[in-house]
Amino acid sequence: MTSPVLVLLDHAADGALRPSAAELVTLARPLAGDGGVLGAWVGDGPGPDALAVLAAHGVAAVHVVRPDADPALSAVTAEAVTAVLAATGAGLVLIPSTFEGKEVAAHLAASTGAGVVTDADGVQLEDGVPVASKTVLAGTWTTRCSVVGAPAVVTVKANAVPAEPVAAPREPVVVEHELTVSPAARRVELVERTERAPSDRPDLSGAQVVVVGGRGTEGDFGPIEELADLLGAAVGATRVATDEGWIAKEAQIGQTGVTVTPRLYIGAGVSGAVHHRGGMQAAGTIVAVNSDPDAPIFEIADFGVVGDLFTVLPQATAELRRLLG
Amino acid sequence: MTPGNVPRVRILVAVKHVPDIQSERSLGPDGRMVRDGGDGTLNELDENAVEAALTLVEEAEDGEVVVLTVGPDDAVDAVRRGLQMGADEAVHVVDDAIAGSDAVSTARVLAAAVRRLSEQQPVDLVLTGMAALDGLTSLVPTVLADLLELPALTLATEVMVDETAGTVTVRRELDHAVELLRAPLPAVVSVTDSANEPRYPGFKGIMAARKKAVTTWTLADLGIEPDQVGAAGARTAVVAAAERPAREDRVLVTDGGDAGVRLAAYLVENKLV
Ligand SMILES: Cc1cc2nc3c(=O)[nH]c(=O)nc-3n(C[C@H](O)[C@H](O)[C@H](O)COP(=O)(O)OP(=O)(O)OC[C@H]3O[C@@H](n4cnc5c(N)ncnc54)[C@H](O)[C@@H]3O)c2cc1C
Ligand SMILES: Cc1cc2nc3c(=O)[nH]c(=O)nc-3n(C[C@H](O)[C@H](O)[C@H](O)COP(=O)(O)OP(=O)(O)OC[C@H]3O[C@@H](n4cnc5c(N)ncnc54)[C@H](O)[C@@H]3O)c2cc1C
Repeated sequence: MTSPVLVLLDHAADGALRPSAAELVTLARPLAGDGGVLGAWVGDGPGPDALAVLAAHGVAAVHVVRPDADPALSAVTAEAVTAVLAATGAGLVLIPSTFEGKEVAAHLAASTGAGVVTDADGVQLEDGVPVASKTVLAGTWTTRCSVVGAPAVVTVKANAVPAEPVAAPREPVVVEHELTVSPAARRVELVERTERAPSDRPDLSGAQVVVVGGRGTEGDFGPIEELADLLGAAVGATRVATDEGWIAKEAQIGQTGVTVTPRLYIGAGVSGAVHHRGGMQAAGTIVAVNSDPDAPIFEIADFGVVGDLFTVLPQATAELRRLLG
Repeated sequence: MTPGNVPRVRILVAVKHVPDIQSERSLGPDGRMVRDGGDGTLNELDENAVEAALTLVEEAEDGEVVVLTVGPDDAVDAVRRGLQMGADEAVHVVDDAIAGSDAVSTARVLAAAVRRLSEQQPVDLVLTGMAALDGLTSLVPTVLADLLELPALTLATEVMVDETAGTVTVRRELDHAVELLRAPLPAVVSVTDSANEPRYPGFKGIMAARKKAVTTWTLADLGIEPDQVGAAGARTAVVAAAERPAREDRVLVTDGGDAGVRLAAYLVENKLV
């Protein structure tokens, strides 16, 4: 494929680039050939910080689309991406595999006839055809799926590839587009949107290390949080813990929550129910602390401790503090 | 509802038949889900959609719930389960040419079936689950809405219908924000597993469901050419599938007083922290 590859650049409302952007650009570079990697930025344009990151990672051009409707609506963002596709002839679109990202992909599929592969952890070109790899069935199978015809849309999971800067960064060209959104994209009205206050901890979906508490914490996330803060980790939870109100809903990992692919997952008081495993089984290394030797999580744990989390975690935290100085 | 009357609200619920996630699931040499293991069930997350539909009809005090599935012969069990929960009618679209469909071509079949049902009697809402626990793409609800030229309100944790205003409002919780979305009826709404607690069909429901008919449609009934769907109509294809090997060199220690120290040592030695 010599046509350019387009990356949807995810950013917060205040213009802060999300970590997925540099990862997806890194993934796109070997696929783009002469066409280069293009970024689609929907909303008020990128500031100097975001542009610096995009330059460092080899984005050739950033297409800034200012729609006359709220880009928080996925149909509006999809029309913006379609406009950039039309302007650039990009053959492959990479989108972060968040709920919102998958919705944008779905709109693109309906409007352009694009094939979509979701939740990919890699993309290669085979005879010019994009082939995405993805882990399925709660992390127990790996597949490779080709996307036929252009445009091809692939949504890519966080941490699929580590972001790598290029040797010779160049300031990307910025191309501005105004967009009059169609009536179809205005069918849904955004009545209210409340952005969550950013937390001091890393974002769960993209975190390198995740410490997770389940029912076994009995509502006391203290030992979980202490270990997480020492390791600079995100804090996650099972649905039992979020349903109980011990921790916010957005901390839920699993089939109906966030999917995480960290380098290291540490679960304490988590049984390892299949619904939970669906969201974490592809983690690099899995550590589990559980008082029940028959807990299913031990079937997938690289390092398991049969023990009480209230003694094991604080001891591990203290020892790590000593070892890490 | 008395025969001949037009129900106040008419809600269609798209439900999928999937292999039980507690069972041993696998992909065949063609990369397709093995679906003849006898372990199929109604997608758990679609129970939330059926529940939402039944609740809305109960609140409106008059209405009708139609459950709709696209899938092989066994998939009829998914709509039967919907009938047992309390749905009034069921439709099963089955055709060998549908096998191997991707999410977009599945939505194409669903859209044709929804159109046909709307021609019979107007439809107020099309409800879906947040994801099917096998394919798990969450693409179908939005593609379906777009093909029907209807608004898509996805991932609802709350569904509020205002019959007088003719609108539906949903609340949804995303990773970075909480949103309220509103659209005119009819609309497509996907609901999450925190929207409600699905009812369990009782003896009465199971007996009543036996008397309810399931309508079966083929692609020809819906005016869909076979090459529009199935592997022929799909823009994505599985080219390879393999079971992941079990994790090697796993360690299990029982705490004898120093497991925390050993855990710390493991993390440091393996350069994980
Ligand atoms: C449709 C549907 C969707 C779902 N989606 C999700 C999802 O996305 N994510 C999710 O997580 N769940 C989900 N669930 C729920 C899931 O099925 C399980 O119920 C849940 O994951 C169990 O949470 P848990 O491990 O915290 O609790 P439990 O299964 O009760 O396990 C608690 C564990 O803690 C251990 N324990 C107790 N005390 C201690 C102690 N002091 N020290 C160490 N260990 C201790 C126990 O031995 C036990 O193994 C879903 C369920 C349904 C039906
Ligand atoms: C492991 C695996 C991975 C796959 N990956 C992809 C992929 O990346 N891209 C792709 O295009 N296809 C993919 N497919 C194919 C896809 O799963 C099927 O086409 C499927 O029919 C629709 O997608 P879904 O299961 O992801 O449904 P989702 O979009 O997750 O389903 C959401 C809701 O739509 C409704 N719904 C979905 N299917 C039906 C149905 N058949 N009948 C009635 N209602 C339904 C239900 O209410 C459901 O809760 C994959 C299949 C498998 C088994």
